[in-house]
Amino acid sequence: MELVSALKGLIGGGLIGLAAVLLMGLLGRIAGISGIVSGALFERGSDRGWRLAFIAGLIAAPVLLAMTGLEWGNVVAEPGRLIGASAYGPGVMLISGLLVGLGTGIGSGCTSGHGVCGLARLSPRSIAATLTFVIVAMLTVYLRHVIGE
Amino acid sequence: MIVLSGLLAGLLFGLGLSIGGMTDPTRVIGFLDVTGTWDPTLGFVLGGAVVTSFVGYRRVWRRGAPLFAERFQLPSRRDLDARLIGGAALFGIGWALSGYCPGPALASLSAAGWPLITFLAAMIAGWWLARRWSARH
Repeated sequence: MELVSALKGLIGGGLIGLAAVLLMGLLGRIAGISGIVSGALFERGSDRGWRLAFIAGLIAAPVLLAMTGLEWGNVVAEPGRLIGASAYGPGVMLISGLLVGLGTGIGSGCTSGHGVCGLARLSPRSIAATLTFVIVAMLTVYLRHVIGE
Repeated sequence: MIVLSGLLAGLLFGLGLSIGGMTDPTRVIGFLDVTGTWDPTLGFVLGGAVVTSFVGYRRVWRRGAPLFAERFQLPSRRDLDARLIGGAALFGIGWALSGYCPGPALASLSAAGWPLITFLAAMIAGWWLARRWSARH
């Protein structure tokens, strides 16, 4: 079971890497989701078209994959399903979303821009940012255990 | 072709996230939960993605220019500053609270309930605030 999930992880990671390489090879751009989406929302100009198309593809992908009937998902509760449910209510989600938006906006990148593309470029800024958000996130989950949710 | 390139990259990215299990916040929190029952899946996803793009980027850069644009647009800064680290730390807290970062949150939109919609709205508000704040400082 764990082996299947690891294998799907590797395949999924490979596809994400391929998407990043494609965007670099075709348009010369970094595949950072926070930059692409906030750019599409808040910047006018010639980049809006491909950014909106990227977002459409991102949202459509699991829908199209589900239509094939193949059980390729990797959800803990129901292996084979493609999208898992949120474990928390709107209150936690509001604070979480606000911090994710503020943090990736101020720190100019998220798990994709710093974590995938930045590490692949061996960028010192992205390596520092990735170490910071992974360690802080692990600490946050740990503190939650200590406090007892 | 430019718009089509964006669409194709977005599709591949979304396929990767959902096959890798990153559209399940339980998997993500499982990876961050190092003192509990640790779930290594996110590590495999990140590892697979970094190795693929590390190799692919270098092949693509050797061509000199992208196919449908004049030049590669790469960030050139290498210095670390408080804004980068502070932003990353805020993001880390937010990410751990729900198990969502921007990509998986958007890729899960087709199955979204109110909690995820709340998250997305708050994330967009956060980006707006960050842009306003950055414009002043």
